[in-house]
Amino acid sequence: MSTEAIEVEIPGTVMFDGNQAMKGYALNKMCYSFNGAAAREAFRADEEAYMTSFGLNEQQKQAIRHRNVLELIAAGGNIYYLAKFAGIFGLSVQDVGAQQTGMTVDEFKAMLVKQGE
Amino acid sequence: MAKIVGGLTSSHIPSVGNAYARKLFQDPYWKPFFDAYPKIHTWLGEKKPDVAVILYNDHGLNFFLDKMPTFAIGAAFEYNNQDEGWGIPVVGTFKGHPELSWHIINSIQAENFDLTTCQEMAVDHGFAVPAQLFWGNPDENQMRFIPICINTVQHPIPTPARCYAFGQALGRALASYKGDEKIVVVGTGGLSHQLDGERAGFINKKFDLYCMDKIVHEPEELAKMTTHDLVLEAGAQGAEFILWLAMRGALEGQGTVTKVMENYHIPISNTGAGSMVLELT
Repeated sequence: MSTEAIEVEIPGTVMFDGNQAMKGYALNKMCYSFNGAAAREAFRADEEAYMTSFGLNEQQKQAIRHRNVLELIAAGGNIYYLAKFAGIFGLSVQDVGAQQTGMTVDEFKAMLVKQGE
Repeated sequence: MAKIVGGLTSSHIPSVGNAYARKLFQDPYWKPFFDAYPKIHTWLGEKKPDVAVILYNDHGLNFFLDKMPTFAIGAAFEYNNQDEGWGIPVVGTFKGHPELSWHIINSIQAENFDLTTCQEMAVDHGFAVPAQLFWGNPDENQMRFIPICINTVQHPIPTPARCYAFGQALGRALASYKGDEKIVVVGTGGLSHQLDGERAGFINKKFDLYCMDKIVHEPEELAKMTTHDLVLEAGAQGAEFILWLAMRGALEGQGTVTKVMENYHIPISNTGAGSMVLELT
C-alpha cells in the first residue's frame, strides 16, 4: 500500500512522507524510545530482544545490526529518530554523513568547509 | 498594549549546546559563530523584551509520529528541556506565559488557523539552544517564553506561504494583547543543511545569503517557494527556513522593519549557520 508521491525526486534525498512513515513506524518508535537512558541501556543489554519488542521487521533489524544509515532510511527510518540511535554509539552528524556519502570523516568535514569558500 | 520590539533568528544546531556548555566562545572553530551574539545581547539590552515567542521544530522529544501536529503552541506555566538521547546537556526549566498563550490561541483560531494546544510540552534543542544563546540558561534570566512548534519532521509540512501567513496572524495576536509586555519573536533553525541520504552534507551558501537578504524587505518573494523548492535549494533539513518566515510574518504590517545585524558562517556542524536582528519601529 502506498500514497501518491508528493513531488519529483531530489537525488540522494528521501522525502519522509506518508509512505516512509508507514514503512518505518516500528523502527522510528524504537529510536524515539532512546530519549530515555533506561531504553538505551535495555537496547545495549539485548539488542535482538529490544528490536523484537518494538516489532521491527527483518529489513529493519538487519539495518540496525549493520549500523548502516542508508539501509535504515530505506527501511523507513527518519533521520531525527535515527540520530538518537547513532547517539548510543557516540556518533556525530559528521560520522553519519561520512558513512552515507562513502567518505572518511575527515573528507566529509573538508567538504563542509569547502562549501563556505 | 503589548509591543513587538522585533524579530531574531538563530540556527539551533545541537552541537552548539555542547559548545556553549564548554564555553568554546573563543575556540577557532566556534568563534565565527559565537561572535555574532554579543552584538545581539547589546540590542536586547536596549530593547529589553520580557517575553520571547520562539518558533521552532521539535526533533523527536515532545512529539512522535503517533501524533504529529502541524502547528502546536505551548500554554503552560513552564517548559522543561529533557534528555534527547545523544548527550547534549539538559539546561533546565523555562518560564511560560500561559495568559498570553491563550490570547494567541484565541486570536489565531479566529483567523482560521487550527492550533494544537499543549499544557505540557518538553522543549528540545530547537528551542533551548537559541534561548540559551540570547538569554543564557533559564535560571539566569527573568524571560518568559512561548514555544510554537511547526512540523518539519514529516511531509507534508506547511508551505512557506502558510507559515508566513501564520506569522502575520501571530503578529496581530501579539499586538492586540492588553498587557504592557515587550515581545520579541524568534525564528530558529536552518539555514541550509541535509543530514540524511547520499546528499548528506549539502550546504548552499548562495541560497542562504539570498534568503537573508530577501527576508528583510521582500519576504513575500520567499513565501512563493514550494516545499520542494526549499528542500532542493536548502537541503532536507534546511526546510526549517519556514520558521524564519513565520517570524518575519509576525513583523509584517506592525511597523517599519530595519536590519540591525546579521551573521553567516559555514560550517557549524553540517550547517550554514545564520543569525539576524530585525528591529520593529
